Amino acid sequence: MHEMTLTELAKGLKAGDFSSRELTTSLLDRIERLDGELNTFITVTRDQALAAADAADQARARGDERPLAGLPLALKDIFCTRGVRTSCGSKMLDNFVSPYDATVVEKLEAAGMVSLGKTNMDEFAMGSSNENSFYGAVKNPWDKSAVPGGSSGGSAAAVAAGFTPAALGTDTGGSIRQPAAFCGVTGLKPTYGRVSRYGMIAYASSLDQGGPMARSAEDCAHLLGAIAGHDLRDSTSVARVVPDYLAELDTPLAGLKIGLPKEYFGDGLDPEVERAVREAIGVYESLGAKVCEVSLPHTHLAIPAYYVIAPAEASSNLSRYDGVRFGHRCNAPADLEDLYKRSRAEGFGDEVKRRILIGTHTLSEGFFDAYYRKAQQVRRLIRQDFLDAFDEVDVLMGPAAPTPAFDLGAKKDPVSMYLQDIYTIAINLAGIPGISVPAGFSGQGQRPIGLQILGQHFAEAQLLNVAHQFQQATDWHRRHPSLDQETI
Amino acid sequence: MAIEHADVLRAAHLARLGINSDAEAAGYVDDLSRILEMVDRLQAVDTQGIEPLSHPLDTTQRLRADEVTEENQRERFQACAPATAEGLYLVPRVVE
Repeated sequence: MHEMTLTELAKGLKAGDFSSRELTTSLLDRIERLDGELNTFITVTRDQALAAADAADQARARGDERPLAGLPLALKDIFCTRGVRTSCGSKMLDNFVSPYDATVVEKLEAAGMVSLGKTNMDEFAMGSSNENSFYGAVKNPWDKSAVPGGSSGGSAAAVAAGFTPAALGTDTGGSIRQPAAFCGVTGLKPTYGRVSRYGMIAYASSLDQGGPMARSAEDCAHLLGAIAGHDLRDSTSVARVVPDYLAELDTPLAGLKIGLPKEYFGDGLDPEVERAVREAIGVYESLGAKVCEVSLPHTHLAIPAYYVIAPAEASSNLSRYDGVRFGHRCNAPADLEDLYKRSRAEGFGDEVKRRILIGTHTLSEGFFDAYYRKAQQVRRLIRQDFLDAFDEVDVLMGPAAPTPAFDLGAKKDPVSMYLQDIYTIAINLAGIPGISVPAGFSGQGQRPIGLQILGQHFAEAQLLNVAHQFQQATDWHRRHPSLDQETI
Repeated sequence: MAIEHADVLRAAHLARLGINSDAEAAGYVDDLSRILEMVDRLQAVDTQGIEPLSHPLDTTQRLRADEVTEENQRERFQACAPATAEGLYLVPRVVE
């Protein structure tokens, strides 16, 4: 069961091949047996999961026809879950039990899904390797000497390891798509505003977006349909009708216009990644798509712009962690200033502190125009690049990351880590949707490679269709790491 | 634009983030200098007349009606607080 897709599991439940309790128990036992070394979960909610599975089985016996009822999933530990620790990968929130549910959690529960627990992540979603977690690094199930990517590394690795058929992640600069690529799973970052951010702990509010990670585009379509939609509690949530994302999956691709941004195939791209991506594009040509080169001339400015905008927003968002109302508080503070400073110094890790300091500095008097205003102007240029490209083509394709998963501990310098997100960051600045699908493996150590597909604002249905057609023609998404043959 | 030791201490104070030693501050000076060196590539771009983009969909935040929608849930929300008394958050004495 642990290798089946969400769609296959839904059919199995409906046909009575197994119950939700049997499925949930099987996955919980697998997590208990194999996650000790991989470290994909921060919290496993065994009792709640089994209770939810029983409730789903009873509802099904009464005629409940909800398509996702009884299906297990995992939640990145950035989503608030009522009564369950929500740590965001940080010591600051190690003791935080949320008093409310995020909107997406409410929606998934309403759809009858069974949460297995909360997955590991880079602290406050700041990272590209999942090495910035208070709870320790996550290992890549394909190669335990490699990182799973980040910041949604726990979600990606949990899906790849067969601990859960699907998980939710969040993506501020590539944090769904890059770990999906590194772990050989499918991950979708929706258009900004498509999925509610209420109850999703904020990192950079104009960039953050939650989305699904699963074994296939079809599974992502199921999940996106469950979590998308307008939410009055999130003022950035967009009031647009949610389409049936499953309805367009089988649309043929004949005549589809694919643009290859020339900036995504230049220096710094690993030859094996380029080979896999170009082979994947060849599959699209065989399906009737037309391919041409396009240009996104401001690509080289995406990382500099992001590392002004995201830390600036983060420094503001993380000011709420003051040791007063929730989260970590230092012992015996001498006065209020000491309470703030020591609680924050003790509660935050190095990367979070770096970004708070950069953000505070660039927003401070005398620097605002030179940094923040300038970055927002460049952001408009980056967004316009995409709008211009979509005048010529339907979708863009390229690598999700410049290399396959790198070794744990390989990147000591923050800037070299930041460059990992060269192909993903601009998408968040522009607010467009993107999906990463498995498209091959590197020759050394069999580390997965991801193809990234980008679409126009709110074109998720088209992206899922384009990804699904590739997965109908290939089997990369059907490969699984062999954890069971090892003694973990 | 280079960042100096004093800039780090100023930012840390503004962010109410404790820095425990000169060595720790020096580490941040090094890291932040490298990050700002990368960020400084933005300065080479001519952005004269370009409107800053603060929202990726280029829209404004909508406002809701000014109506009371939430009920008082003080006890529930204070359950996760480090220290409370009589419905208030306890902090070290501020006014002597």
